[in-house]
Amino acid sequence: MTNNTIFQEKKTLWVALAGNPNSGKTTVFNALTKLRQKVGNYPGVTVEKKVGRMVFAGERIVNILDLPGTYSLAVRSPDEEVARDVLLGNIPGTPVPDLVVCVVDASNLERNLYLVSQIQDLGLPIVVVLNMMDTAGKQGKEIDVERLARGLGVAVVTTVASREQGIDQLKQAIVHPMEIQLQRQWRLPEQMEKEMEQLIRILMEEGLNQRVAFSEALILIAKEDLSLMNSTKLSFLGTQKVQECIGEIRKNLNAAGINWRSAAIEARYSWIQNILKDVVYQIHEIKVSLTDRLDSILTHRIWGWMIFVGLMSLMFFTIFSVATYPMNWIDNLFTQLANGIKAVMPAGDLRDLMTDGVIAGVGGIVVFLPQILILFFFIGLLQDTGYMARAAFIMDRVMSQAGLHGKSFIPLLSSFACAIPGIMASRSIESNKDRLVTILIAPLMSCSARLPVYSLLIATFIPVASPFQKAGIMLCMYFLGIVGAFGVALILKKTLFKRQTPVLIMEMPPYRWPSLKSIVLHMWERSYLFLKKAGTIIFGLSIVLWALMTYPKHDGLSPEESLQKSFAGMAGRTLEPVIKPLGYDWRIGIGLIGSFAAREVFVSTMNIVFNIDASQEQVQPLRDAFLKARWPDGQRLFTPLVCISLMVFYVFAMQCLSTVAIVSRETNSWRWPVFQIFYMTGLAYVMAFIVFQGGRLLGW
Amino acid sequence: MNTQQSDPSHQAPIKNGDVVFLSQMSAGQKGEIVKLIGEGEIGQRLLEMGLTVGASIEVVRFAPLGDPLDIKIRGYHLSLRRHEAEAIRVRLC
Repeated sequence: MTNNTIFQEKKTLWVALAGNPNSGKTTVFNALTKLRQKVGNYPGVTVEKKVGRMVFAGERIVNILDLPGTYSLAVRSPDEEVARDVLLGNIPGTPVPDLVVCVVDASNLERNLYLVSQIQDLGLPIVVVLNMMDTAGKQGKEIDVERLARGLGVAVVTTVASREQGIDQLKQAIVHPMEIQLQRQWRLPEQMEKEMEQLIRILMEEGLNQRVAFSEALILIAKEDLSLMNSTKLSFLGTQKVQECIGEIRKNLNAAGINWRSAAIEARYSWIQNILKDVVYQIHEIKVSLTDRLDSILTHRIWGWMIFVGLMSLMFFTIFSVATYPMNWIDNLFTQLANGIKAVMPAGDLRDLMTDGVIAGVGGIVVFLPQILILFFFIGLLQDTGYMARAAFIMDRVMSQAGLHGKSFIPLLSSFACAIPGIMASRSIESNKDRLVTILIAPLMSCSARLPVYSLLIATFIPVASPFQKAGIMLCMYFLGIVGAFGVALILKKTLFKRQTPVLIMEMPPYRWPSLKSIVLHMWERSYLFLKKAGTIIFGLSIVLWALMTYPKHDGLSPEESLQKSFAGMAGRTLEPVIKPLGYDWRIGIGLIGSFAAREVFVSTMNIVFNIDASQEQVQPLRDAFLKARWPDGQRLFTPLVCISLMVFYVFAMQCLSTVAIVSRETNSWRWPVFQIFYMTGLAYVMAFIVFQGGRLLGW
Repeated sequence: MNTQQSDPSHQAPIKNGDVVFLSQMSAGQKGEIVKLIGEGEIGQRLLEMGLTVGASIEVVRFAPLGDPLDIKIRGYHLSLRRHEAEAIRVRLC
């Protein structure tokens, strides 16, 4: 059956882009669609849906769906499941693709063609893109593309997507696909072919077409745990009839000496090897590749470490120093904006809402944009060059002690600057459970928003502190966060996410020159998503918080007293009995409530509570006010112990609406962010309690 | 924990033709996969990544902390934890 006539008549084409991770699929996607891309989510799952429109001179609309990078379609991870479902047309709102473009890494043909053979099974028209031809060339390989096309039975286009070579040919091949062989090209052992027929027949009776039935049958036959067949889309797969058939087939195969677990996989690789032996020629022998040479240094026991620590430090230094310039600039911008509004608008609630509510709130998160951009830049750079895998390789031993994945390292490290890029970076972790744990503990890595709070409290409890003392205490707080994170990870692994044997099995791609264009595009995309999501939620909640701190109003009161009588003030008073065991009074309570939106709001809220002129950038006046603050009975409020207890609270508490927003986006649900808020706040309470009461017992 | 290179005092001398666990091999050694003691999903994943019976495999190096290992299979590099490598039997050559 040829699809060509139908194809030619269609006005709108849907093309799916499939391929292994690290095959340059995203670069191909970017080259085909330029900036006409949109990112969303598939319904009900955490997998991202990326659609773009192909740029080409023609009347037809060609939509390109960038499938998640997968090594197989065998449904072992959410990514694979989604990729498979899209190709089968099982996802509502996403049409069956008219064509599948399989991006293959030319320097790694054997494994890449495995996925191609699986996609071919489904009977969809395919174009194979042999990307990264330059790398293959550097490996001394020459590829007979004609022969490969004949062997596979599909059209093959060669590209070096990072240099935009071959893209025009690819566009042509997409719009004018050649007649292709839709018949399956590889064979199972004969006995197995025969045995599978019964199962295929049963599946066809349930409505699957022959190609899909074959593909499903293969998955079923090799599935270890038949009781887990709750795939809601094909529920009949769990039926008695099917299970019995599978049992029967396996028995027969065992008798024939065929290993039903591995036979299909081995047969595919046999077929691939057979084709490739006449297709790939090693024209010069490369004894030791550049990648190998780099790796011998970069993963060296001593040098590897040093370079690794050096790179991470560089990343950090850039974020904490270089970023401050644009951050101050943005801060000023928002202050100007607020002043401008004060000048133009009549005094009153609306004006206050704009300046103290909206601008302060939204400005508070936009100010982090430089840090976020820099982080995404570094993460993109590490990913594109291939170094990310080496970082995970080096750190895996440490991470696995906490039940984490080596790939969790960079997301967690990034969270020291800001948890948001860290959480977004956790997409690189294939296992859903590992990714979720990483996301849940990321905010425990003390982010830069906590610094103003730490600084203020440290200055309060050690009025004249040397830089060393200050740094020492800060480091303790950071350390506490790390220990907390690993502890929580371990507990989560033992409770909510049990029965998960940690799996690494991670590819280490060859080192490559990064594509600056891709990285910038990636930075832009991620930051835009952050601003959109966090911005809308922060906007709304800034208004709510401002209202809580302003209403109900009473005339003729000082700002301090107004705050006391507002809803937030009342909440603070109500909260007092709860937080007294931690050493806090209602004023700190208000600060905590304000901090719910963002940690650094604590400082500005305290300024209002203690009636400090906030135009002073200094910490001094507030610090002095803290030192003078008293309980009704005359006792000092901010004793050293209280300061530490408060800092400990801030280490553990979830106080960042932007993060909550991003977590909800990345997990595609509200369940996890809410869980995160509860567990972290609970942990903060307990830890601060232990510190304060424990300190009291010791007589401090 | 174990150091990178095999410590002769811990293992009997390994020679060509011996069948060992992948995790017992030392950096630089090559072999051919003879058996996969598949543990369900992990076993399937390893197979799909190309670690099938008969495939040539090489241990390139171990990570600075001794785990995971970097192996070369079907022309590419894959890193595996020792625990995962214990599922693979290799004949040295």
